Amino acid sequence: MIPLSWYLLLSAVLFCLGVAGFLIKRNLITVFMSIELMLNAVNLSFVTFAHQWHAVKGQIFVFFVMMVAAAEAAVGLAIIIAVFRVRQTLAVDRIDLMKL
Amino acid sequence: MYLTLFIVFAGLCLAGAVNLLLQRHPINSALSLIVVMTSLAVLYLLLGAEFLAAAQVIVYAGAIMVLFTFVVMLLNAGREERTLGSRAAKAVGFPAVVVMLALIATVIVKATGLHAATLSDGITSTVDLSRVLFRELLLPFEVTSVLVLVAILGAVALARSTEGERTGGK
Repeated sequence: MIPLSWYLLLSAVLFCLGVAGFLIKRNLITVFMSIELMLNAVNLSFVTFAHQWHAVKGQIFVFFVMMVAAAEAAVGLAIIIAVFRVRQTLAVDRIDLMKL
Repeated sequence: MYLTLFIVFAGLCLAGAVNLLLQRHPINSALSLIVVMTSLAVLYLLLGAEFLAAAQVIVYAGAIMVLFTFVVMLLNAGREERTLGSRAAKAVGFPAVVVMLALIATVIVKATGLHAATLSDGITSTVDLSRVLFRELLLPFEVTSVLVLVAILGAVALARSTEGERTGGK
């Protein structure tokens, strides 16, 4: 038996690790993975609060977040492939122009 | 029992997330993200969300991460290099992240009225979940299906090779 605040703290730590990864990582794909990590952290706090108030809608919200994340991953990776095709690099420091 | 399960899988989660940051090769980061996602599925199960645990494994650890590893291998992504930008991001980013974590943690620790989770808590069955989803939230569900369709079309349009058009233009 553990208090629910532990879950919330875990979620906060995961979110902050995601933010740190987003800032530190210099690879386009890894930066994108950090965004997925942040989405997962937020999902965990959604599930925790759904457990706290016995609300089914909290879990359905997580379901929608998953669907949006799947769509985002498909489009984002397609954009990464398109960028790589033009630039031949994945380093975010080299992709600094909007112009192709 | 509950405490042991929580500590083991929360530890796995944190270890995977830290490993994602420390690894310099994208494929290692992708694999540690899979560890994070599967252990999160177990944590969902501990919180009584059985459908979400299954969806987490199928959608996240399955579909999305396969897409990620596929793209990493397709683009032959190598080790990332250290640059001026990464040093600046470390110098400014780490304190900012620590401050943010401290703020959120203070709010959580000070919060009152949070219950405790035990193994004997009821689980939200898929029947209950789908009853709410398909009766009260049918419209958002259908809108999501349109969103996924648009995303598929967009992904195909973006990732499609434009070689044919270029040679056609010339």
